[in-house]
This record gives sequence, C-alpha cells and structure tokens, in this order.
Amino acid sequence: MVVQRAAPVKGRPRPAWLRRFARNGAGMLGLVGVVLVLVMAFGAPLLAPHDPARQYFDGLTLEGDPLPPSRQFPLGTDTLGRDLLSRVLFGARVSLLVGVLANGAAVLIGLLVGVAAGYFRGAVEAVLMRLTDVMTAFPALILAIALAAILRPSLWIVALVIALVNWVWIARAIYAQVLSIRQREFVEAAGALGVGTFRTLFRHILPHLVSTLMVFGTLGISTTVLLEASLSFLGVGVQPPAPSWGGIINESQSYFLDAPWLVIFPGIAIVLTSLSFNLLGEALRDALDLAERR
Amino acid sequence: MIGYLAQRLLQAAGVLLGVSIVTFLLAFLLPADPARMIAGRSATVQTVESIRQQLGLDRPLPVQYVNYLGKLLRGDLGRSYAQKAEVTKLIRSRLAPTLQLALAGILFELLIGLPAGIVAALRRGTAVDQAVMAFAFVGVSAPQFVVGLLLIYVFAYLLPLFPLGGYGTPLHVVLPAVAVGLAGGGWYARVTRSAMIDVLRQDYVRTARAKGVFPAKVVFKHVLKNAVLPVVALVGLDIGVFMGGIVIVESVFGWPGIGQMIWQAIQLVDIPVIMGGVLVTALFVVVGNLLADLVYPVLDPRIRYS
Amino acid sequence: MKRTHTPGSLPPRPRQHGVLRRLGLAFGALLLSASLVHAQEQGGSAVVSFQDDISTLDPAIGYDWQNWSIIKSIFDGLMDYVPGTTELVPHLAESYEVSDDGLTYTFVLRQGVLFHNGREMVADDVRYSIERVLNPETQSPGQGFYLSIAGAQEFIDGAADSVAGIEVVDDYTIRFTTSEPDASFLHKLGLNFAHVVPQEAVEAAAGDFGHQPVGTGGFKLKEWVLGQRVVLERNPDYFEEGLPYLDEITFQVGVDPNVAFLRLQRGEVDILGDGIPAARYTEVINDPVLGEQVAMGEQMQTGYVTINVAMEPFTDVRVRRALNMAINKDRIVRIVNNRAVPANQILPPLFESHADDYEGYPYDPEAARALLAEAGYPDGFDTELYAYNVAPNDRIAQAIQADLAEIGVNVELRTQAQSTVIEAGGAGQAPLLWSGGMAWIADYPDPNNFYWPILACASNIPGGWNWARYCNEDLEARAARADTLARSDQADERVAEWREIFLAIMEDAPWIPVFHELQVSMHSTNVTGPKEIFVDPMHIPVHYEMVRRAQ
Repeated sequence: MVVQRAAPVKGRPRPAWLRRFARNGAGMLGLVGVVLVLVMAFGAPLLAPHDPARQYFDGLTLEGDPLPPSRQFPLGTDTLGRDLLSRVLFGARVSLLVGVLANGAAVLIGLLVGVAAGYFRGAVEAVLMRLTDVMTAFPALILAIALAAILRPSLWIVALVIALVNWVWIARAIYAQVLSIRQREFVEAAGALGVGTFRTLFRHILPHLVSTLMVFGTLGISTTVLLEASLSFLGVGVQPPAPSWGGIINESQSYFLDAPWLVIFPGIAIVLTSLSFNLLGEALRDALDLAERR
Repeated sequence: MIGYLAQRLLQAAGVLLGVSIVTFLLAFLLPADPARMIAGRSATVQTVESIRQQLGLDRPLPVQYVNYLGKLLRGDLGRSYAQKAEVTKLIRSRLAPTLQLALAGILFELLIGLPAGIVAALRRGTAVDQAVMAFAFVGVSAPQFVVGLLLIYVFAYLLPLFPLGGYGTPLHVVLPAVAVGLAGGGWYARVTRSAMIDVLRQDYVRTARAKGVFPAKVVFKHVLKNAVLPVVALVGLDIGVFMGGIVIVESVFGWPGIGQMIWQAIQLVDIPVIMGGVLVTALFVVVGNLLADLVYPVLDPRIRYS
Repeated sequence: MKRTHTPGSLPPRPRQHGVLRRLGLAFGALLLSASLVHAQEQGGSAVVSFQDDISTLDPAIGYDWQNWSIIKSIFDGLMDYVPGTTELVPHLAESYEVSDDGLTYTFVLRQGVLFHNGREMVADDVRYSIERVLNPETQSPGQGFYLSIAGAQEFIDGAADSVAGIEVVDDYTIRFTTSEPDASFLHKLGLNFAHVVPQEAVEAAAGDFGHQPVGTGGFKLKEWVLGQRVVLERNPDYFEEGLPYLDEITFQVGVDPNVAFLRLQRGEVDILGDGIPAARYTEVINDPVLGEQVAMGEQMQTGYVTINVAMEPFTDVRVRRALNMAINKDRIVRIVNNRAVPANQILPPLFESHADDYEGYPYDPEAARALLAEAGYPDGFDTELYAYNVAPNDRIAQAIQADLAEIGVNVELRTQAQSTVIEAGGAGQAPLLWSGGMAWIADYPDPNNFYWPILACASNIPGGWNWARYCNEDLEARAARADTLARSDQADERVAEWREIFLAIMEDAPWIPVFHELQVSMHSTNVTGPKEIFVDPMHIPVHYEMVRRAQ
C-alpha cells in the first residue's frame, strides 16, 4: 500500500496518524488546553504577578472580606488577602500531579483487576471482586486522618490514597465490559485457534476498553483534584500555604454567594484541564485508530 | 443459581469480616484517644483512666475485637462512647433517609445521564455531542457543596419552589437528589456514550442497520443492552457508596443521613459508631455489587456464572 | 460592642447566721424575679438551628458548648448565674451558709420543686446526683471537679458506699464538707455536672438517660427525632414564676450555617445556634435592619498558641518572648471579621483578675529578630505549628505562619482533625499549637479554671491539656494557696494574687495569647429579650428560658 505523503512543502514525510490528528479541530483545542496547563504549572514562578503565599494587609476589605478582581489582583483575592491568579498558577502543579498521575495509577490498577477478574473468571474473579467490595467499603477518611498524624504530609501520600481508593470504579466497569466482550465470537474463535492469552487480551479485548478507560482517565482528573482537596484538608497532602485548585475551592466554598470568583476561577481551571485531556485523548485515539482495531 | 447465591453469601460474610477487621485496626491506629475525648479538657488522669477501663479500652486489641465480634453476631453493635445510646438505635434512625436519598440520587443520575449519553453517542461529533460533553465535565468538576448551596439559593430561597433543606416530604428529596445526580449524571453520560460507540461499531449492528431494521429497535434491543453494562456496574457501586452516606450533600441540605453520623463519630473518635456505620456501608456495598452481577446475565445472556 | 454585666471572679460572700438576712435575701430574690418576668409575654415558640447533632442531654455527661445551655434549660443546680452575667446566686437552694473555716457548706433547698415526672425534689436527690457524677460507671467528665468533697476518693475507689462529705440533714437540707477550703466550690455546684436528676428516671432509661432527660428545669423534653430535631416544651410546674417565656422550643440539627441563615431570613429559624456564617458577617453587621438582630458579648475565652517549653529552641525564654512579639494580632482579628479583641494576657477582660493596665508584649518584629539573635538564632529556625483544620482556624494558623516567617522562623503547618491535634498536644509532640476551635472557654468564672487544667505542673503529664508542658513550682504553690482563700474577707486578696500569678506566667511566656473571641449570635425578629441572654457567658450560647416571643 502506498503511504501518502504530506504536503510537498516540507521535505520530511509525516505519519498518517499525525495528519488525521491535525485535522481534528477538537483535538487541537485539547492540545492547546493541555499545553496551557503545562505552561501554567512549569511557568508559574515567571508568570505569577505575586507570591502565592503573600498575605496582603490590604488584600482584604477593612472588615476582612476577600476582594473582587481588580488591576492589582486580576482574579481577586482569597480569604487571607492572597492573589488568586498567582495561587491558581502555582496550583497547577499539584493538580496536574494528582489528576494525571494519581488518577492514572488508579485507572491502571482498575484495568488490571477488572480484566483479570473478567477474563480468567473462577477463583481469580471471586478473590478480586471481593477485594473490590472491601476497598469500596473501606473508610478512606479514617486512613487519611491516621496517615496525616503519623507521616509527614506529602503529595505522594495523597496520590497513594487516591489510587488505593479510586481504582474500584474502573475495576467494576471494566469487569462488566470484559464479561460481555469475552463472549463475543471472535474471542472464542481466537481461543479455539490457540492464540495466546496476552495476545488475545491485547488485540481483541483491550481495544474495546479504550473508550471507557479514556472516560475514567480524563473525567477522573476533575474528581481526583477535588478529592485531593478533601484529603489535604485532613492534613495528609498539601499543607498550607501551598495552593491547589481543589484546596482553594475547599477553603472558600462557604463564601460562594459572596465571593464567587474564589470558586469559579479554580473551577474553570479544573474543567479546562480535564476537558483538554479528554479532547486530546479522544483525538489521539481516533487518529491512531486504537479502538477501531479488531 | 442457588449454588451461586450460596457462594456469594459466604463470600459476603468474608467481606464483612475483612472490613470489620481493617476498620477496627484503623480506628485504633488513629493517634487519638477516645477515653480522653470523652473525659474532656478538665478531667483528671484518674477520670480518663477510669473511663478507659469502663469502655474496655485498656484490654489488648485482639481481645477487644473478639468481644466486639461476639456481640456483633448477636446483633449488638455496642454503645456510642459519646452518646451512650445503642448504636443500632442511632443507625436505625438514619437508615430510611439515607436509603431515600441514595435511591433518589441514583434515579436522577440515570434520568440525567442515560438519555444524554445515548443522544451523544447517536449524534456523535455534532454540536449536541459536544454540548453533552461540556455539561458532563462541568457537572463532574463542580464541587458538590457549591452545587447544593446554589440549588438551595435559587430554587428554595429566591424561588420558593422547594423547602430550604431538611427531611420529610417527597419535595424535600428533590434538590438533594439533583445535587447528587448532576455529578453522577455526567459520569453516566460519558460512560454510556463511550460504551455505546463501541457497540455501535460492532459488525452485527452494522449488519442490522444495513438490513434496514428500524433504527430505534436496533438501538434499544441490541446496542443499549450491551452498552449499559458498565453503567450497571456504576449503579451497583453507587448503591453501596451512597448508603455509606454522602456527607457533603447531607450537610448542605440538613439531610439526616448516615454520612453525617459517621463524620461526627470520626471527629469524636466514637469507635462503636464508626464501626457500625462502616459495617452498614459494607453490607450495602456487597448487596449493590451482587445486584449488579445478577443483572449482567439478564442484559447479555451469553454471560454465565458457575 | 456591648459589654456583658459584671465580671465575676469574686466568690459570693458567705452568708452569716441570721434569719433576717435569709428573709431579706428571699425578698430580694422575689423582687428581682418579679422585675425580670413579664407574665403577659408568655407563649409562642422558637426554632434554633445547629450544624452538629446533639450528642446527649445527660447533665453528668454532656460537656460541649452546644448542649451545655440546653441541659441548663432542662435541669437545675443548687447554684446558677444571673441571666446574661457571671454573677453566682443560689438557684435550687433557697439559701446557704458557709462555716467559718470554709469547709462546710449547708444548703436549704426550695420546697415544692417538682421533677418533670411529678415527684418533688428533695435533698437526697442532690446527693444521688453528685454521687452519680463521681461514680466511675457513669463515665462523667466532671468527676474531677468534686474530688474536694471529703470521702469522694474513697467512694470512687469503692471503699465506701457513699460519700462521707455529703450529708442529707433532712428532706430540704443538705450539707457538704470539703477536705480543704476550696474557693471555687460554689461555682462547681453551678456546673451542669451538679444538676439534680431523679434516680428512678435514670434507672428506667437503662443507660440512655441522655436521650430521655428528666429534670426540674423550665423546659421538658417533648420529642426527640434522632438526627433531626429536639423539641422542648414548657414545664408548667417550674418553680420560677413566669419562666420560661416560650411554650415550645425546637432545636434543628444537621443544618449548615449558610442554609440556616437563609432559613432565618425566611422566618423558619429564630436563633442561629452556630452564629452568622463568616461569608455573610460583614453584610449583616452593616445592615441597619439585620444589624439589630445581632447580639455581641464577651466570653471567658482566650485563643492562644502554646509553645512547648520542653522542646528546643523553646527552652530559652528569649525565644518565646520573641515569638510573642512577632504576631500581628490586629491583622488576625481582622481576618476573623473583628469578632474578637486582641489579647495581651491569659485571662479575658471578663475576669476581675484581668490586669487592665498590663501592656504585654508589643508587636515588634524588629525587636523579635534582635531577641532571637541574642538567643543564638540570628537566622531563625524551622519548626511546626499544629492547628485544627476547620475554618477559620486554618486561616489563623496561616496568618501566624506568615508572621513568624517575617522573623525568620519557618513554620510547617500541620492542620488536622481535632482529635489528632489534641492527642499530639497531649503527647508533648507539638512544638507550637494554635488552640483555636479547641480553645479554652472557662468552665466557671474563676481564674483558677484558667490555670489548673492548662498551665499547672499537675496537668503537665502525658495526655494532659497543658500543651505548653509548662511547670513553675513556685507559682503552683501560690496557686494552691490562693485557692484556699475561701472567706469573703479574703476575696480581694485572692483576686490580686491570681492577677500576679498570671502576670508572672506571662513573664515566662509559655503561651502567645492572640485574642479573646466575642460571642456573636443572631436572632430573627420573631423573638426578643435582653441582648445579654443571646450571648450569655454561662448559659452558652443562649439562655433559652429567657427568650421571649416578640409582640
């Protein structure tokens, strides 16, 4: 088959998937979004107009309330008189770490458990699914409080707790899908033909799971960012004054009716991040034809 | 089938046992002293120690656990350290509201999520699809406390359509259920959509459509039944998780659910109440997942259990 | 801001023998109650909102700021405080005498006081109630307050069947004998723990008296829907004429403060039990209409940072003083919307022993840095600050962190659940601890309550609430002596002595006193009453029996 070359202006040939990707408008939008968030995370020290921990005496009204957006504070101030824009910029690091890494780990664990239980059935299924039951009922809150008191607060602990707790959702959803997929004719046929287990899993089952994984991987970013805030509140993760988007929302949410900017701007950041990753992911999946393979 | 159910029952007992041990250990791992919390600020050492003795907290952990298990098997969940009342009484008073909110929440999740997901899958790539996508992401990213407060402010305060939180009549459950349903609905919509898209691509679906079978029949008979499998999984989990109480929604709406009870118990290190609450949660988790597992073969007859 | 009535660390003057005095007292009490009561204004109902569930209404057990005043409405004790003030007066007792040596207290009880179950209260009930608190099986947090009664320890240890120091002389006379003069004994008889309970009701409740309270108070329990509401109704046989004003009072629980505020504006809630939500505070205070519904008053409270004097570098008093000079208290008060006054000493202004002319440590970061350098830390040092994670304490902790950073002290924050912070403090693990949210509100208006549990050598033990690990043997001896000054003619000496003791503690600087919180409550236009009863320093937060329906 002849590989079509890209526009002859550039000498180098471009792979097909890249061209398909470039044509996808939503995907490009997603790419821009992800790049934007990465710039925020890495470029925060250069971009932030103020020190995110600096509590300005006149960052609050005379009675101690946060200020709305102004020239000095483009996104307003928070309940301690700190610049919101700077905090949102610096908060990108935490949120990216937690949202992408912790959530990613949860998705990976859930995938392994769900596939193993759904494909191998029998005792493996029973043990893994009952483990899922235990972890769902598991009082993560108490674990978090206990860890907060015993260990030095660190983002890695939060990431660990999140991964430990969130994988059950992916596991159960994947398990249900695998149960159905493995019954499909081609899988049984492949089995009869003597195709190896891993080959079967990889070529016949996994592609059907990609879309679901994509959903959990991207929508889950939002959930984990908010979950991180609750855990840090208990003293496990990011300690004040280090900012995180979920944390800013958490400490300002009862002010919502009076100082909505404190929830809206970090909220926009969260939506932007997870949506961008989703658009990017779906465009890549379509371009690489990942799910189309049988 | 009976054999399978019997197996599951046995496994359920194992799960409950496992959860009880883990929670027991965790509760005592907490560097917080229940005896001291009860004794309060002005207590003498003597008072603290005497309370510790009265509660049996001075005995070794395994002994305490065995005692707890013994009482549990007789249906006695012990007495709250802080309130002195029987834990079963405390849980019973909150069971009905928690169940009501859980079921109503799941209902709204499905009402909001399923149609949205189906429409998005069928109209993939169009503006409708993108609108549903955006709504889903906003719904999931919106903090539940803010959503709840906003719902109350707009629909109960500015427009007196619903009560300002509280529990009692069917009207009371609407706003809290919507608050729960908006976030969950976003998840259900996306998961439904992606599962449907996968199924829509199957050969046999294409064949059916090519044969000219009426689209609606195709959708609802073949596609939906298979696509909704992961959603069933999520509903099963939701049953369990919601019965553990949704603290944030409960606290904004003043809903007398188990979540608030467990949360306060954690603050006070009221271990019997914590244990009782977690065990009730575990019970419903097991039930919820079992129900989901029983529904799969109904949706896809090729799935079988040994 | 309104000041509530008379600071009262003065122990009430012991009565001398004399029928005339007792008659005069009774007449005076009658006049006082007549002037307070407007019999015409009885009736109506009110709703109070709370976020936390009410844990128990058993006076021997209940010990949080939420159920304290509800219990006081259902039960009574020998002594009580004039509504809205810290002035101690006899309540269930008609009169009392204290012997010359200060060891014997004889109370004459009112006659015809009925429990909610119809039976008349007699002296034996008082004995039963206090023995119940001392009994280890009850698990009462208040057990330690009554150890000064002779024979209490033997009773607790099981060596005696009853407390030797409690003597029921006859149905309406009861006598207490203490093993040593205890200047705050009468205050302790005003605590909830000493409120009178009927034995038959306690036993009938089979361990759940906390949900089935029966007392002598102005309100009795009508309905308790667990997790939702507690409804109290008027006790028609209440011995105080004309009280309570309301026919019924409902406590709604589980209500978020922001939603409670909305309910108040709709008229569904009459008193905000948790106060005005912080986000709305400024708006409400400045509103001409809403502002009228707000009551503000002082509390016997101090918010402070404990400095662990046993840990390096805090073993050096210069370091501790430097920390005291680094905190910008005005800014912190502003962060809590001015709902507090900056504190320069340990005792709040409500106490007579409060030193009005004491200046304390000024806010002077320059001098603080210099002092640190002198102590050998010119570049500062690293340390940790523990705090309760619920707002506004996490913000206050961050403000403290920022202030200390200014003088080179790098503070890592540990904001955690309350129980773990208390545990860390008790274990002596916390170098610095912000006490907010767990902060000290005095049990009774006597300065010794600010010393013994939190600053004494006696409480400098593992698990003790003396988180600063402070122990000064000389001051301990002075404090013990001051507490034996029980006679009325020694009152002034005692006030002065405690003032000196606390100033001496400030020299040692084991604490950084930051502010004294003000009590703020808001009520709807449907209820009214003297402002003081909405911010009652003893019937915290609201004196429910004194709340009236507005005309």
